[in-house]
Amino acid sequence: MSDKRLSIEEAVATIESGMTVGIGGWGSRRKPMALVREILRRDITDLTVVAFGGPDVGLLAAAGRIRRLVYGFVSLDSIPLDPLFTQARERGDLEIEEYDEGMFVTGLRAANARLDFLPILAGLGSDVLPANPKLRTVASPYSDAEYVAMPALPLDVALVHVNRADAQGNAQYLGPDPYFDDLFAMAATRTIVSTEKVIPTSALLDEGSFHTLLFSRIYASAVVEAPQGAHFTTCAPDYERDELFQKHYAASAKDPDAWAEFQRTFLLVDEAGYHAAVARFHADRGES
Amino acid sequence: MITRAEIAATACADLFRGSGAMLASSFGVIPTIGARLARLTHAPDLLLSDGDATLFADTPAVDRPFTRPEGHLPYAKLFELIATGRRHVIMGAPQLDRHGNQNLSAIGPRDRPTHQLVGARGAATNTANHATSYFVPRHSPRVFAPTVDTVTGVGADRAAQWGLRFHDLRGVVTNLAVLDLAGRDGTMRVVSVHPGVRVREVVAATGFPLEIPADVPVTRAPDESELHLIRAVLDPRGLRERELPEA
Repeated sequence: MSDKRLSIEEAVATIESGMTVGIGGWGSRRKPMALVREILRRDITDLTVVAFGGPDVGLLAAAGRIRRLVYGFVSLDSIPLDPLFTQARERGDLEIEEYDEGMFVTGLRAANARLDFLPILAGLGSDVLPANPKLRTVASPYSDAEYVAMPALPLDVALVHVNRADAQGNAQYLGPDPYFDDLFAMAATRTIVSTEKVIPTSALLDEGSFHTLLFSRIYASAVVEAPQGAHFTTCAPDYERDELFQKHYAASAKDPDAWAEFQRTFLLVDEAGYHAAVARFHADRGES
Repeated sequence: MITRAEIAATACADLFRGSGAMLASSFGVIPTIGARLARLTHAPDLLLSDGDATLFADTPAVDRPFTRPEGHLPYAKLFELIATGRRHVIMGAPQLDRHGNQNLSAIGPRDRPTHQLVGARGAATNTANHATSYFVPRHSPRVFAPTVDTVTGVGADRAAQWGLRFHDLRGVVTNLAVLDLAGRDGTMRVVSVHPGVRVREVVAATGFPLEIPADVPVTRAPDESELHLIRAVLDPRGLRERELPEA
């Protein structure tokens, strides 16, 4: 069986400008932040990003990498709004395709099933429809009911971060919620799986029952070992959200000088440099 | 003295009156006290989740963790549950119009909003599928606006127009009053005003005409056991008074 392990540089080098990129996780939860940081280090732009947004969307929007954002919300969870995203919107920088969360999930399911659309109640009567002229409704052939015909949301590439994976791309989550990472993987032509730890297939059940095996290797095209790869979002049970650092991110984002400093310290460095800077950030605040 | 926050929390609990086994979801401290108070009193079959992925059998204080799981409810299953209709959510509302259309998305023009909010979230899914209520801690004409900038949660007028057969807008609890959508043509009506509040204060704080019954009752106060549950069990550290300070 093929060994799909790649370095983070090799894996992200396969993402091209103009692609439609789905980003797994949810808000500020188990986001593939290491993969996002690697996109920021590269000259990848003009992306259509499809996500339940968190700081992934904030960072990519602030760096001008998103041409079009397909989303249901952008939130940092413990902080309701992502300042980088709100600034980008208020500057008028982002072309958006806003869906209700239920519609969004249905769009991924339609793409998985290779359907043009799936019918759904959600969205009828809301401004999600008039705001998006390509959205249509569909009449039931069995009654007078009318539904939203939620179009498929196919992805060129999906980025997800999981707790464990083997070298072939069998992906495992050990936290409370799989989110929709399996749907993102199934809706995509290619999926890059970053993981806290690459382990042998025979060790997959050492830490969780087989119900935690989220999706199989047939949906994975690359596996990247990226410890702390979801930082600063939560990746329970390996680690919780780094709330102190997230506060620092959100506060820095509100002030141009502080943001320049944040970028110099945390973003204009490689992944090892990022984690070293985060360790210094905590050491400076008197933590171990 | 019973505070305004305690009146509002009890009114939120009353929104769940008559609920059988369904998921009670809430955003904000006072709606959360309301959902838990309902489960501890008149609606014992309600399901509560931590807003993450777990359903819980215990009913702790609002700022304390649940401890006894009774089910798994990751987001994917939550959307399936919503589609079955077995849920009642109390959402916030940065803007609400007289038909109960809600805006959670952004204030101002769509392409360049003056204030970007969180986004559409699940408001359209919620309002199309199950009982929905709103909580507004500061009743003002900015929130209760003649028109909302974008409709995320669907109001009674649009629900009728689109034939949304599961649409069920139950009520709006604010720091001043309880409202519902039982006015003419599904418009907002005053159900009760909180003790000490005059009807004209509610009218002045609302940016559209309200339907006002000839006799407006006073919102009921919590009884002794409810007051004990609010003060000693569900919110001993008084977070409610921060969310809804005394006028």
